[in-house]
Amino acid sequence: MPEPHITVNGRPRPLVGMPVHTNALDFLRGLGLTGAKEGCAEGECGACAVLVARPDGARSRWTPVNACLVPALALDGQEVLTAEGLGDPDHLHPVQAELAVRGGSQCGYCTPGFACSMAAEYYRPGRERGPDGFDLHAIGGNLCRCTGYRPIRDAAWALGPPPSGDPLAERQVSPAPAVVPTRVDGFARPTDLAEALSLLAEHPDATVVAGATDWGVEANLRGSRAAYVVAVDRLPELREVTTGNTIEIGAALTLSEVETALGDTVPLLAQVWPQFASRLIRNGATIGGNLATASPIGDLAPALLALDATLVLASADGDREVPLAGFFAGYRETVLRPGELIRAVRLPAPLAAHTTFRKIAKRRSDDISSVAIAAALDVVDGSVVRARIGLGGIAATPVRAYATEAVLEGAPWTSETVEAASAVLAQEGTPIDDQRASAAYRSAMLGNALRAWWAER
Amino acid sequence: MSHLSRRPDDAVVGLALPHESAALHVTGHALYTDDLVQRTLGVLHAHPVCSPHPHARVTRIDTAPALAVAGVVRVLTADDVPGTNDSGVKHDEPLFPEIVMFVGHAVCWVLGETLEAARLGAEAVEVDYEPLPAIVALTEAIDAESFQGGQPVLSRGDVEQGLGGATHVFSGVTEMAGQEHFYLETHASLALVDEGGQVFVQSSTQHPTETQEIVAHVLGLDSHHVTVQCLRMGGGFGGKEMQPHGFAAVAALGATLTGRPVRLRLSRTHDMTMTGKRHGFHAQWRVGFDDEGRLTALEATLTSDGGWSLDLSEPVLARALCHVDNAYWIPHVRLLGRVARTHKTSQTAFRGFGGPQGMLVIEDILGRCAPLLGIDPVELRSSNFYVEGQATPYGQGVRHPERLVAAWDQVLRSARVAGRREEIAAFNAAHEHTKRGLAVTPVKFGISFNFTAFNQAGALVHVYKDGSVLINHGGTEMGQGLHTKMLQVAATTLGIPLERVRLAPTRTDKVPNTSATAASSSADLNGGAVKDACEQILTRLTDVAAGRELSWDELVREAYFSRVQLWAAGFYRTEGIHWDSTVMRGHPFKYFAYGVAAAEVEVDGFTGAYRTRRVDIVHDVGDSLSPLVDLGQVEGGFVQGMGWLTLEDLRWDESDGPGRGRLTTQSASTYKLPAFSELPDELNVALLERAHEDGVVYGSKAVGEPPLMLAFAVREALRDAVGAFGPDGTSVALASPATPEAVFWATERARSASPASLVEGLPGLVPDQPDPTAPRLHPTSEQVAEQAADTPAGT
Repeated sequence: MPEPHITVNGRPRPLVGMPVHTNALDFLRGLGLTGAKEGCAEGECGACAVLVARPDGARSRWTPVNACLVPALALDGQEVLTAEGLGDPDHLHPVQAELAVRGGSQCGYCTPGFACSMAAEYYRPGRERGPDGFDLHAIGGNLCRCTGYRPIRDAAWALGPPPSGDPLAERQVSPAPAVVPTRVDGFARPTDLAEALSLLAEHPDATVVAGATDWGVEANLRGSRAAYVVAVDRLPELREVTTGNTIEIGAALTLSEVETALGDTVPLLAQVWPQFASRLIRNGATIGGNLATASPIGDLAPALLALDATLVLASADGDREVPLAGFFAGYRETVLRPGELIRAVRLPAPLAAHTTFRKIAKRRSDDISSVAIAAALDVVDGSVVRARIGLGGIAATPVRAYATEAVLEGAPWTSETVEAASAVLAQEGTPIDDQRASAAYRSAMLGNALRAWWAER
Repeated sequence: MSHLSRRPDDAVVGLALPHESAALHVTGHALYTDDLVQRTLGVLHAHPVCSPHPHARVTRIDTAPALAVAGVVRVLTADDVPGTNDSGVKHDEPLFPEIVMFVGHAVCWVLGETLEAARLGAEAVEVDYEPLPAIVALTEAIDAESFQGGQPVLSRGDVEQGLGGATHVFSGVTEMAGQEHFYLETHASLALVDEGGQVFVQSSTQHPTETQEIVAHVLGLDSHHVTVQCLRMGGGFGGKEMQPHGFAAVAALGATLTGRPVRLRLSRTHDMTMTGKRHGFHAQWRVGFDDEGRLTALEATLTSDGGWSLDLSEPVLARALCHVDNAYWIPHVRLLGRVARTHKTSQTAFRGFGGPQGMLVIEDILGRCAPLLGIDPVELRSSNFYVEGQATPYGQGVRHPERLVAAWDQVLRSARVAGRREEIAAFNAAHEHTKRGLAVTPVKFGISFNFTAFNQAGALVHVYKDGSVLINHGGTEMGQGLHTKMLQVAATTLGIPLERVRLAPTRTDKVPNTSATAASSSADLNGGAVKDACEQILTRLTDVAAGRELSWDELVREAYFSRVQLWAAGFYRTEGIHWDSTVMRGHPFKYFAYGVAAAEVEVDGFTGAYRTRRVDIVHDVGDSLSPLVDLGQVEGGFVQGMGWLTLEDLRWDESDGPGRGRLTTQSASTYKLPAFSELPDELNVALLERAHEDGVVYGSKAVGEPPLMLAFAVREALRDAVGAFGPDGTSVALASPATPEAVFWATERARSASPASLVEGLPGLVPDQPDPTAPRLHPTSEQVAEQAADTPAGT
C-alpha cells in the first residue's frame, strides 16, 4: 500500500504523523498553502473552500468542499486544488482575473474560497456566460463581509467558457482518482461494505464519517475526538441510485449527487435542495449521514417523512428495512445498532401528486430552519385520500404530523379543510423558544404552512 | 479652491483601479497575521481559560494540572505581568482579572507546542469561582441604574417650549440591537522578541500605536521597546480598533517569558464570546411636530449597552448624540446619553460608531409618526431637511445642505419613486398575502474624530536612487482600499506612474503616534500626510531641475549626486475643528458626507419573510480618489447596514437559568450575516457628481462609514409594506433587527390594527432626566484637547 498522500496542486504531499482530527484546512496551511482560511470552522463561511476531483460518471468534476470539515486522511489518494493552484499573481485564472478587476475583493480573506467555488461552476460542463448561465447558488456557501456581493456576482456573470486546452477543464475528462484503501492508526477507509462492517464489528466505538460535515463541526468547535474513524463515503454499495418502481438512493451519495441523479424525478426533493444548506455543504454531506446524525431540525428528514421513506440498514447479520418515521429514537438518537450502517434510502412508488416544502428561517438561504414543513397529498375526485406531513424543528426529532394528516385524509381538498387542518397543525409538536425563533412563531408558521400552500395553488 | 484639494490634470487619483492587493487576494498569496505562523519557527500557541459565569470572583486558580498535559509549556497568569495588569485604555480592563465580568472572560492563558496541547491544557486548569449577581439585559441595567462613565447632555433651545407649541406631540421607546463585526479574519497576534530585546508584535489591529502602548504598559517597557506591524486585516469594521490590544499583550508576554514566538488567534467562538460588538441602544423620546409636519422639538434619553468596561463607549455615545438629528432641522433639542454597565463583552467601535444608533432614533420616530400625522413619509423627511444657514444641535453650521437635496432629487428621479409607488399600491390592492413597500431615507454623517487630537497623521516617503518610491503611512488596510488610495495620492503628487510607487506595511517604527484607522478619516488624514511628504521632496527636486525638462529618473539621480534629501516625513492635521466634550458643543467635523437610498421590499404575510427587490443609491464621496474602491465601500456598507437592521440577531441568555449571560448566537450557524441571498435583486449606485470638497485631499470625501446608514431605507420600506397589511394610516412599530419573525408579528399587529406603542399628547412618556450625581466630566484623555479648543462656534 503506498504511503497516504494527497495530490495538492499537482504535487503529491504525504500524510504523515497526522492526528485523525486534523482537517484538510490545517493540513494545507501546514504545507504553507495559506490561501484557504479558517473563518468559522463549521462550514458556514466558505473561506476554506478548496476543490477536489470527484467522480462524475466516467469523468471527474472539480468539486468545492469546506476543507475545515474534511479530515485530511479522508482525502488520501485524491487530488486537491487550492486558490494557489488556480493561478498566481502574474498568471491569474479567469475567475481570479474577473474577481480582481471588478472589485470582487476588499479585505481578501474570503476571496480564495470564493475563487474555488466560482471555479467549480466555471468548469461545469455546458455552463454559459451571463446571468442565466452561472448558477449563483454555487457561491451561496461563501460569505463576504466587505463587498455586499454585487461585484462578485458581476464577476461570475462575466465568465465565458474555459479556453480550449485549459488543463483544469481537460482534467475533468478523465476519471477521478480511484478509491484508496487507507489504514493508519485510528483511521480506516474500507473499500467495500463487507470490510466496513467487519471494521465496525472490530471497533464498536468507531465514529462513522462520510462527508464529515457534522463530525467536523464537533471536532472543530467542541473538541470531539474519535477513538476510531471509519470513512464510508466511497463504498460502492452505498453509492447506487435505482429509479425504477421504487426509488433507492445510496446512503453515501452526497446531497449534490442525489440532486443530480434524481433531477425532477421527485419534485418535493427538487424543492428542498436550493433551500437546504449550501452547495459547499451539499458537496460533502451525504443523504445517509444527514439522517444518521438525527438532527431535530433537518431539512431532508421532514421531506423524506412526507415521502414515506424507509431506510435499508446493513450489518454483518444482513439487511433490515425500517420506516424513517420509526428511525429517530430521541434527541440525536436513532435505532441504529452497533455495527450497523444506513445502506440506502427507499422511496415507495407512486409518489404523491401534490407536494410542498416550506422552510422558515432568518436568512433566505443557507440557514438552519426554525421550522421545516413538508407535505405530500394524493387528491382523488377532489378529496384527500392520503396525506403525509413531515415536520422539523418542533420536537426532539423530526416528526410526522399524524393529527393533521388525520384531519386531511378523507376530507375534501377545500379552503375549509385547509383551515381545519391548519388549526390542528399549529398545535403539533412541542416547539421551544430559542435564538432562532420563539415557540409562538414556530406554531404560527406551522399554522400558516398549508394556508400559504393553498393560496399559491 | 485650497491647495490641498486642487487636483492636477491627468491625476492618478480618480482612476477606477482595483484594490492594490487584488491579485494577491484572489490567488491566496496575500498574507494575514496568522499566515505568518507557517513561516516562523518554534511557535507556541495560546489558548484561553474562559469564565463560565457572567460575574464572579475568582477564588482559586490551579495551573498544575495543565502543566501536566503533554505539550503544555506555560500558563500565563496575573503573577507573570511585569508591568501593569491592564489592557484597557481607560484602565478598567485587567488582563488577568480577579473578578470576571462576562461569560467568556479569559482568566488565564495556556501556551502549548500545538494548539491542541494548549486547548487540552486550558481544559485542565482548575478555577474556582464565587458567583456574583449579574446584569445582562440593557433594560435590567436601566432599572438598576447601572451606568458607567460620563452622562453628556446635548441641548439647544427650550424643549418644553418646543413641545408646548407643537400641534402633535408623540412619545415612545425605540430599542435596537447591537451587531457582531464578523470580520472574516478573527483576532490574531504573533509576538516575538528579537536579539536586542525588542518586542515585535504582528497584529491584526486598526490601531497599531495603541496596541504598542498597551503591550508596553503590560510589559512595563517604554514604547520604543515595542514595534507593532499590521500587514493587513481580513476585515476590521471597528472591531479591531481597541479590542486587539489585550490579545497582543498576552502574546507579547508569552514571548518575553518563554523566549519563543507566541501566536494567539481566536477561534470564531472565542472571537464572538470574548470581543466587543456594536452597542445596542435604548431610547425614550418625546417629539413635537407643527401642523405642517415640521419638527419643533425632540427630547430623548439614549442609553447604550456598554458591556463590562468603558472601552470606546463614551465617544460612541457622543457620536450617537451628534447624529440623532440626521439630516433634519430640529429647533429645540435636549438629548441625554448614558452608558449602561452590563455583564457582557465590552461593546466597542463598529462602522458608524454610534452614528447609526443615533440616526435610527429619528428615523424610527419619523417612520412611526408619519401615518399618524397623515403625511407621506417621503415628504415628511424632505420637508424637515436642513437648509443653508442652519446649525446642528451642537452648534456646527451645516455646510452644503443643497447636496443632500440634489442627491434626494436624483434618487426620486432615477428610481422613479413616484411611479413605482403607484405600481406598488396597485400590486398591494391585488395581493392579499404579499405586500410591497418603498421608502427613501437620507444620510448626513459628520467626518473627523470627535476627539480633536486624533485628527492628525504621519507618512514616510522614500525616493530611491533609481526613481522608485516607497511609501509608508499611519493607516492600516482592512479591505477598505486605503493603501490603494495612498498609492494614487503619492503617484499624483509626484506626477509619476502608479507602478513606480510601492507601499510598505504599517509599522509603528516607521510612522509613530498614529491615530486609529477609523472614523472614515484615514484617507483624509493619511492622504494629507502622504501628499505633504511628496511635496517636500518635489520642492527639493524642482530646485534641482531649475527649469530644465528632466525625466523623473534623471532628476532623482541628479538630486542624489547633488546630495539632496530624497525622502521626507509628512504630517497632516485637520484644520478648523474643535470640540468641547464637557458641554457637547463645537465644530467637531471637517464636513458632512451625504447619501440617499430608495429601497423596495416584498413581504410574505404568511411568514414575515421578505426580499429586497430594488435599491437605488446616490452617495456623496466628493471627487472620488478611487471610484471602484468607493463604490465598493458604498455597496458593502449598505449591505452590512441591512444586516444590522434586518438579519443579524445577537441574543444573550437573559433567563435566570444556568446559562445566564451566555451569548447564544456565538457561531456562524446561529448568527447569520447577509449572504448572496440578501443581495437586492437590483442595486443601482451612483456617486454624486459635482461634489468637490474644498480643503480635503484632492477634493475627496470620506466613505467608510456613511453608506452603512443608507440601509435605513430597507427598514423603512419594510415598515411601509407591513403597514399595507393594515388599514390606511397604520403606524407600524418594528423591532430592530427586523427579522422575518419580527416582521411577521408586526404584520399581525397591523392586521388587527392594534394601536402602535406611541403615546400622543403631553406630557406623554417623559424620558429619564439627567442624574445630577452622575460624573459629567469627560475622559481625562480628552482634557488637553479641551483646553486647546477655541471657543465653540454657534454658542
